[in-house]
Amino acid sequence: MTLAPDRAASGPATSPGKLTDLFQLGLDAPICLTWELTYACNLSCVHCLSSSGRRDPRELSTAECKAVIDTLERMQVFYVNIGGGEPTVRPDFWELVDYATAHHVGVKFSTNGVKLDAAAAVRLAASDYVDVQISLDGATREVNDAVRGPGSYDTAMRAMGNLRDAGFTGFKLSVVMTRQNIPQIDAFKAIADEYGAQLRLTRLRPSGRGADVWDELHPLPSQQKELYDWLVAHGEQVLTGDSFFHLSAFGGALPGLNLCGAGRVVCLIDPVGDVYACPFAIHENFLAGNVRDAGGFEGVWKTSALFADLRKPDTGGACKSCGFYDSCRGGCMAAKFFTGLPLDGPDPECVQGYGEAALASVSSSSVAAPRPSVDHSHRTAPSRPRAGGAVPVTIARRRPPSHDCDESPLAGFTAGAESASGCC
Amino acid sequence: MAGPVSFDLDRAWQVDPRVSMRPEPFGALLYHFGTRRLSFLKNQTVLAVVRSLADHPSARSACLACGVSEAELPAYARALGALADSTMISERELA
Repeated sequence: MTLAPDRAASGPATSPGKLTDLFQLGLDAPICLTWELTYACNLSCVHCLSSSGRRDPRELSTAECKAVIDTLERMQVFYVNIGGGEPTVRPDFWELVDYATAHHVGVKFSTNGVKLDAAAAVRLAASDYVDVQISLDGATREVNDAVRGPGSYDTAMRAMGNLRDAGFTGFKLSVVMTRQNIPQIDAFKAIADEYGAQLRLTRLRPSGRGADVWDELHPLPSQQKELYDWLVAHGEQVLTGDSFFHLSAFGGALPGLNLCGAGRVVCLIDPVGDVYACPFAIHENFLAGNVRDAGGFEGVWKTSALFADLRKPDTGGACKSCGFYDSCRGGCMAAKFFTGLPLDGPDPECVQGYGEAALASVSSSSVAAPRPSVDHSHRTAPSRPRAGGAVPVTIARRRPPSHDCDESPLAGFTAGAESASGCC
Repeated sequence: MAGPVSFDLDRAWQVDPRVSMRPEPFGALLYHFGTRRLSFLKNQTVLAVVRSLADHPSARSACLACGVSEAELPAYARALGALADSTMISERELA
């Protein structure tokens, strides 16, 4: 993932040197970090990157969360991207938001809108230090609800209406781009404009339950070009969390940091305090430590062996000889990992086509792609509104065959909710 | 993208109160809570200049006090101009 602030860094240069070169070696503290406050979620989005659904009993307490915020203040982390799960279902959610902003840590939180009533919207509109990101993955009810679940489109639209009515302009409408909604990209822009929101488009990753649906949902090669052209045409009007840097190999670089920021400028704190290199890499291979460790979050950020390794200069690996390596930097680490590709080779969605070739060679081997280490998915279908005591129907979400050879008993299985999208 | 129009080295400047500044090995990162934009300073000298802007009657005086030579002034004016364009620094009324 790229982990970068939503807005492109722009800097006064008094000496030559690329920002990516400076950032590649890591920073004293993250620029921004993602903090999933809970794995609990009212939804069960099929592509949830954190496999959320059920609350984890080991979740950080209010006091522990406040101690993390104290650390972030001391480290001068500018802001946190709070997600989940659905963060607003934590009873202490607003208390933690207030505590963070009072301690000079800005907050941007991602929500499906379930708790964003008129009163919450008024409260949010009053603060300069809190930003909101509403998740919506279809510009129509049909396309959205197929991914995020029945009723989720209406929930998001109601929340956006409340924010607009409260005079909150510039909140974010956040969309994970899929094969099904890329044809709706102009319609998303129209919705954002209608509600006074800013559009934010991010990349679908094969992380969490996203691994189960990636083959069906990830954009087709022709759509990647369509998306790239749209992003180039709209420039800085649209936010991306710098998540599409793999598309830079189509031509000119997109605005923002074209760099995987995992462990360098961003990281993830999960609901139980585990610190991962990035929000899309919830797997033991990318686990750097826990905020409950003796040194706290600061100790993990500064002394983790994993992070030290990630901050070494990229060697380029199999991509080194490709003429586009300087543009795309080999793409997204998490996308490679969860599709079973080597981390020093091409991204599975490499626009030069090297990813498809690599995936083909993986699928002909008998080794299954790694599965997420942590799964809090609802054990049954998500709670749905029921009329007249009708028997709830459980639609099993079976992992589709991701490759021809994947129909073996060893292939992964799992079910589906979403959380924060994007890098930052 | 158009460059900064011009930067008046002889006026008084200050870091915007909504900007948070964090030192880094290469210089510093700046984050503006109003615009939610990130910027950066690429070396320690420009960091020292920006930090001391509020203590000097002019940006020129801040630069010279931080060891910027006359020959380097135009480069620093460009750097400060970029910061002014993104409202990281703003003009200050002299007391």
